[in-house]
This record gives sequence, structure tokens and C-alpha cells, in this order.
Amino acid sequence: MADASNVDAFVEFERVQKSYDGENLVVKDLNLTMPKGEFLTMLGPSGSGKTTCLMMLAGFETATHGDIRLGGTSINNIPPHKRGIGMVFQNYALFPHMTIAENLSFPLEVRKMGKSEREAKVKRALDMVEMGAFGGRRPSQLSGGQQQRVALARALVFEPELVLMDEPLGALDKQLREKMQFEITHLAHSLGITVVYVTHDQTEALTMSDRVAVFDDGRIQQIAPPDQLYESPDNSFVAQFIGENNTLEGTVKEINNGIALVQLDDGELIDCKPVNVSRPGERTRVSIRPERVEYNKERLQEGVHTLKAEVLEFIYMGDIFRTRLRVAGNDEFIIKTRNAPDQVRLQPGQQIEIGWLPEDCRALDA
Amino acid sequence: MSDITQSGPVLAADGRPLKRSLARALRMQKLRALLLIAPLLLFILVTFILPVADMLFRSVENRIVQDTLPRTVEVLADWDPASGQLPEEAAFAALAADLKEAANVKTHTKVAKRLNYENPGLSSVFRKSGRKVKNWDIANDGPFREKLIELNDGWGDVELWRTIKTYSGTFTSGYFLNAVDMRLGAEGPEVRPENERIYNTMLIRTMRMSLIITFSCIMLGYPVAWILANLPTRQANLLMILVLLPFWTSLLVRTSAWKILLQQQGVINDTLVWIGLVDDANRLVLINNELGTIIAMTHILLPFMILPMYSVMQTINPSYLRAAKSLGATDWTAFWRVYFPQTVPGIGAGSILVFILAVGYYITPALVGGTKGTFISNLIAYHISTSGNWGLGAALGAILLAVVLALYWVYDKIVGIDNVKLG
Ligand SMILES: Nc1ncnc2c1ncn2[C@@H]1O[C@H](COP(=O)(O)OP(=O)(O)OP(=O)(O)O)[C@@H](O)[C@H]1O
Ligand SMILES: [Mg+2]
Repeated sequence: MADASNVDAFVEFERVQKSYDGENLVVKDLNLTMPKGEFLTMLGPSGSGKTTCLMMLAGFETATHGDIRLGGTSINNIPPHKRGIGMVFQNYALFPHMTIAENLSFPLEVRKMGKSEREAKVKRALDMVEMGAFGGRRPSQLSGGQQQRVALARALVFEPELVLMDEPLGALDKQLREKMQFEITHLAHSLGITVVYVTHDQTEALTMSDRVAVFDDGRIQQIAPPDQLYESPDNSFVAQFIGENNTLEGTVKEINNGIALVQLDDGELIDCKPVNVSRPGERTRVSIRPERVEYNKERLQEGVHTLKAEVLEFIYMGDIFRTRLRVAGNDEFIIKTRNAPDQVRLQPGQQIEIGWLPEDCRALDA
Repeated sequence: MSDITQSGPVLAADGRPLKRSLARALRMQKLRALLLIAPLLLFILVTFILPVADMLFRSVENRIVQDTLPRTVEVLADWDPASGQLPEEAAFAALAADLKEAANVKTHTKVAKRLNYENPGLSSVFRKSGRKVKNWDIANDGPFREKLIELNDGWGDVELWRTIKTYSGTFTSGYFLNAVDMRLGAEGPEVRPENERIYNTMLIRTMRMSLIITFSCIMLGYPVAWILANLPTRQANLLMILVLLPFWTSLLVRTSAWKILLQQQGVINDTLVWIGLVDDANRLVLINNELGTIIAMTHILLPFMILPMYSVMQTINPSYLRAAKSLGATDWTAFWRVYFPQTVPGIGAGSILVFILAVGYYITPALVGGTKGTFISNLIAYHISTSGNWGLGAALGAILLAVVLALYWVYDKIVGIDNVKLG
């Protein structure tokens, strides 16, 4: 739950709910606190309510319940144009009847800024995104990537403290995307602005953000820095959604010294870190990252439980090997190993034993 | 590589110039396409291009005098009407001969009618004389000068002979001059006397009222189109039906309905009197004047304004308005600086459509316009179907066409015609 007394809080959502039709809650009990200067990404499957949250923050949708605060003051009753929040839209929303320079000048004009000051700021903003030479063109005369830069420049030109971006890179090809990802984070940090960024590309979320909020079903499932999110997912949705993940289903037998003994459905026993389980007898879904699985007996810890596995497929991917195994009846168990000189290449049909450190194997909700 | 570096034209694989091969390949394709649209082309040719050409031709064509009175026209060629003297005996003899011949086949009434447009009263001179002259012996009965003047003293009027001479050419500017309240006088074109002027007033009134109607349609149609474009599909469809409803009822029925609503004992006046806004003795005159025409025609032409505006507004992404507001624009600024400019093509298309339709409208002004609210097209209809002066009707039509084309050109210069979206 958000702490209203948090002095550092710049953006706060407190118990926010939203319903469009009066029947279904699209956003259920959203609590979120962001300090100034943070780059926060909302990540989640389609329809999970990310855009809705952004729109509520920008003022285009009103929260059905709850409080949204910006810099400590509630903005529920402030119209969008007075919030001073920069916004980059998915389709860029550059005004087609204005030139690029006019587009950038627009937010300054409505703020009644003088002509010379406007021109200087427009020029600086365009130079910042390396679009200085395109001021006289119309948006339709630019490529997708160039339009994206202009949209970014337009959202920044009036120097907002908070910038919202709704899948701004969705329409770009992979290479351009990666370049822009870098440029956006770089800009955000050098300008010290606070950014709420929406995407459903998890790589984008992990590489760009200070923290990632994983959305599902109108709730934040977990909000954490990227490494923590990847390595210690709080529940099986997050584990599945972020990165590649192996799951095995079973029942908790006992929990001792912070280690849970789980009996898989085919009877085998493994050691896990209990995350969402507390009592023996509970159903659980166990999650292990493919790169944390070890099959080299010498490197396995003494005394840990191991599982029998059959190699089904070996894929050479250059820097890594990707091997598909059958483990405890699961045909989609993946392991990843680095292409090192001493690494064994597994052959299909080979019978091996696999194991892992108990803390890498997380017993989550079923 | 050699293909590219050689200096002559690029050759196809068989050694023929590539351009010619391409043209040959495309010719078959074009021919087939042409065949497909041939019925349409033919239809347009027969029902549109030919009539328009015919109209333009009629507005200047004037063979009838020459054909009916050939001898007279020839003799009069040497006569100078400015002298103020009647023509020589030869002219009277030629006229008698022409008139006798024409009276035998009864074409003298037609030429009489034609000349009567230019010089009222001339028709009866021709008709009355024609009957008598039929029985004359042209070879022996001369001289005809006194004889004709005795028969009808109209023949002693220099003005009559001047009219015949002025309108003896194959082509005439007379109809066009008439259409702008002028005529061919003794010293070339001159403005008609005050009491004979009508067409300029009508033309200006038609333009002015069409502009008012177009403007009213924009003002009334814009919000409707906006609502249509922003409602959820289901409600939008329902509203669309309401917009299109007028198309499903007869124009006459709708116009008559306006009569019932607007007349002095009509629904609107009754209501206003009942509320007490209007005194019973001073009921508002809402019909049989310009106001009546403007109200009824705005209603009838409104869908032609709404539809193009709607189709343009539908393509405007709502995120533009949101972007404008997030950039700090108030609702009004966002509308005026961002939304409105993007709807201009729709307004342009609707305006052109409504204006052109209004300029040529004729049923509604005829029914609810009274004398003050009729359009130039009502006069054209009068000349075509009642007075039979097709030439004048054609000239008025041609002027209307020219005005519309001129406005179109002006519009293209100001807004740009490629900036028009009909859908
Ligand atoms: N204007 C609206 N009226 C009614 N329902 C809406 C409206 N906008 C969104 N919804 C519903 O709210 C839910 C959340 O939508 P939202 O746009 O916030 O999802 P999202 O997380 O942004 O998804 P995506 O990744 O596909 O953009 C969806 O089920 C959607 O159907
Ligand atoms: Mg979205």
C-alpha cells in the first residue's frame, strides 16, 4: 500500500479503481509511489489496464475511486491541460497540418511564450533528438523513427517534470527500437525527468527502467527493479511473464530452515525456496530459470535433490546452447548453457541428471 | 551492363525499343478498360455533355432571321440605321417577298416571336401583315414601301428595321446581353431602362442566398457531423438514419410541410402568438420571401453538408485532441488549432456541394419563395417552358455555369481542390 506520508513521493496512486461500464473493474486497487526522477515501466499483457492508468494520470480518464497525487497535491479535479504532463502517444499524434517546428512550438504558444524564446527552445529540442534539419517538414514527410523523435521532442519541449509514454516504440523495427530505447533512457536521465513508460515488450522494460511494475488483471503483480523482478519473481504470473522460465507442479511436503521440500506430481522430490507457500500440503508451481539449471555433476552441491531428465533437442545459438529436456513429464523444460570451451554438448536421447541451488528454485502460487 | 551504358534508347529482349514494347503491352490493357467504361462514357456524352454543348450553342445561335428573311437581310446590309432614314424601296420589296413566302409556310410567326424578344410589339406587326401579304403578287404589286406602311404603320418605324438588321447575323450576343440586363442599341451594347432590368438582380440574389444557405448548413451541420463522428457506432447509425431521412421523403412533401409550418396562420406563428412573443395582428412573415427559401433550402441541403464533414471527421484520430490538451491547450484552443483545421477539407467539400446545388435549385424557391425569394433558375425554367425563349434561358444557364466554374477556381486558389474530401 502506498505510504501517503512518503515525502519523496512525486507520483502517487492510492487505492485507485477504474471501471468504464460500471460492471467490470479494469483497474482494481492500484497503489503506486514514484520518487522524482524515476524511470518506471508498466509492463503487462494486452488489456491489463496499463493505458487506462496512464490516461488517468494524464487526466483523460477519471478514476472511479481513489486518489492520484502529483507532487503531493491531488490532481483528480485538475483538467489535463493544467497538469503540465508531457505525453508521447503510440501513434505519435503529431498534428498533420503543422510543420515539425510548428508542432513543437504549439505547447509554447499556448503558454504565451515570446517568439524568440519559442524559436530558441524549439531549436534546442529538435537538436536534442538530432532532428534540427527537419523543422520545415510535415509529419507525413518523415519516417516512423523520425516521427517518434519529434513526438519525444514535443513532449519535452515545454520542460515537464513528468513524461508519460504509451508504447512509443511499438511501430518501429527492432534495430531502431533498440537505438531509441537507449536514447530515451539517456535523455530521461540527463534531463532528470520522471518517466512512466508503458510497453508489453519485456526486454524493453528490463533494459530501460529503474523499476518495472508488472500489470495483470488490473493489479500490479509486482513492482521491483529489473534484476529483482527477473531473479525473484513474487508469483508465478511474474515468473512466467518475465523472461524464459521452467515450471514444475507439485505439493509442498515440508518447510525447514527456509527450504521447502516439494514432491512433484510424478513423485520425485526437489528443494525450493518457499515464496508463496507456507504450509505442507499446499499445491505449488515451482519456477526455475533455464540458465540456473546445472547438469554437470561436479558442479552440483553435495546432497541436493536431483531430477532425471532426457535430452530431446539441442539447439546451437552461437553464444549459448539451448537444450530441451523432458523432466518430470514436462517436455518443454529448457536449459541454457554458455558456449564455453569446456562445455559439454548434450545429445538428443541422452539421459542426464539435473539440479540447482535451492534459492534459484522458487515455490510460487499454484 | 551494356544495356545501361549504351547511348541509344533502352532495348527490350527482342531488340525493339523498350518504350514501344511497353506501350504495346499497355495498349491492350487500356483498350479493355476503355471498353468497360464505354457505356458510361456514352451515357455521359448523351445525357450530359451534348445537352450542355447544345445549351451553350443555343445561347448564341440566331439563324432564324437569316433563314426566314434572306432577301431582306441581304438588302439591309447596305443600309445605315444611324442615318435615321427608312431603307430604300428595295428593302420593302424584299421584305414583302420574304414575308409572303414565310406566311405560306407559317414561319413568319416564329421570326416575329424571336424579334419580339428584342423589340416588344414587333410580333403583332409581323403577324398582322403576314396574313395580308400572303395574297399579294410580288412581281406586279409594287412599289411596296407605301403599301406596307399603309398596312401597318409599324413598318414606318426606323427602330423596327434596325432590329431586323442587328439580329440578322448567324450568331448573336443578344441573349447574353439580355441575360445581364443589356441590349444591342444603335450605338452597340447599352444598359436596358430601369423597368426592364431583372436578371442581374436575380443573379446576385441567387448567389447571395446560396452563400447564406451554404453558411447556415455549415453552422448547423458541423455539430451534427461532430456528434455523428464521436458517438458509439450504434447510436451513430441511428442518428445517421435521421440525417438521411429527408432523402426518403418526397421533396414536394417536405417543401409543403414547410409551408404549413411557416405560413402566417401556420404552426410556428400560432405557437409564438400563443406564447405571447408575437402579437396576433403582427404575425411574422416567414414564407413567400427570402427567409422562407433560406429555411426550406437549408433543411433540404443539410445532408449534403453533413455527410462529407462526417466522413472527414471520422478519420481524425481522437489522440490529436488529447495530445493538444496534454501540451497545455484549453478545450477551445485544442479544437480551433488542432481539430478544426483538419476538418476544413470536409467543410470545403460540403460547401461546394451545397452551393452548387443551391445555385441551380428551382422547386423549393418556386414553392416557398414568393416573388422575393425566387432564384435565377426559376427564370430559366420560365423561359424554357413558358415563354419559349430558349436562347435567353440558355444564356442564363451558361452564365450560371461560368459563375460556378469561377467560384470553383477561386476555391482551388484559396483552399486547394485536392484538399477536398468527399469520403
Ligand atoms: N474507452 C473504453 N471503454 C470501455 N472499455 C475500455 C475502454 N478503454 C479500455 N477499455 C477496456 O479496459 C481494459 C484495459 O484496457 P487498456 O487500454 O488499459 O489495456 P492496456 O493494458 O493498455 O492494453 P494494450 O497493451 O493492449 O494497450 C480492456 O479490457 C479494454 O477493453
Ligand atoms: Mg494500451
